[in-house]
Amino acid sequence: MEQGNIMLSFKGEVTSDLLTSILQIMESKMETLEEPPKIKKKVYNILVECLQNLYHHLDDDDFKTKINEKSALFMIRKEEGEYSIMTGNFIATENVEMMKSRLDTINEMDKDELKVYYKEVLNNGEMSEKGGGGLGMIDIARKSGKKLEYNFDAIDSSYSFFSLNIKVAQ
Amino acid sequence: MADLKLEGSPKTPTIEFNSGTGYLLVRGRSIPENSIEFYKPLIEALESYNSNSQSNTKVDIQLEYFNTSSSKCILDVFKKLEAINSGSSEVVINWYYEEDDEDMLEAGEDYQAIINIPFKMIEVEEE
Repeated sequence: MEQGNIMLSFKGEVTSDLLTSILQIMESKMETLEEPPKIKKKVYNILVECLQNLYHHLDDDDFKTKINEKSALFMIRKEEGEYSIMTGNFIATENVEMMKSRLDTINEMDKDELKVYYKEVLNNGEMSEKGGGGLGMIDIARKSGKKLEYNFDAIDSSYSFFSLNIKVAQ
Repeated sequence: MADLKLEGSPKTPTIEFNSGTGYLLVRGRSIPENSIEFYKPLIEALESYNSNSQSNTKVDIQLEYFNTSSSKCILDVFKKLEAINSGSSEVVINWYYEEDDEDMLEAGEDYQAIINIPFKMIEVEEE
């Protein structure tokens, strides 16, 4: 079955404890698979950013009203030696354009441009209360070494489903 | 005095700061969800150290992983050290990275480009 490639998948609310568990499971799985340290670190780093994006996002006030919208999807696959990490979550439709333009900006950059952009945001960017400050996606793009694949599906006038697929370059 | 000793955890690094010897160690993983809260005591300790610093300050950064939320706080730590360095103490920063860990070496270089203190990049063998 194709789904045999899935190493871990999850649907539900992302809590701090869950995040810790997923990271521990993936770390021990990669240990068992004897992945090269380089790949292990990249995958781990990207996982941390993805999961914390979901975690902080679900913390937002505008999602407290609708319980279903707190739910997130998360999946790690390994296919022909290549890791891919997929996340899915609901976002307010009014934020779609902003998200899209941020992702496109990142996708248009090469390795060196991403490095410059990262330093710029690190040094000048406003720190959000949760500490993110917009660095997460740039870091994911830098570590993955590939373009970020994304999609937005409108659910209704207020909500859209945002899915992100990150491939980790070998 | 403004000494600090924090035990490491799966999500937070070991932090040791000794104002008497002018030594700071940050070692391990730094992936807390709320990094501002975690780094606050260190930032405060460095602020208070700046008014009464040793002639030499040695800093060892031995990070295995850090998340982007920590990266801003780590920059804040370096900015405090920069202030200490332009005050009455000479600051040396040792940035450790495991061999083959280009991402960690590059992260050190990113900080070095922003902070006006020489970094010493030290390659260590994988554990």
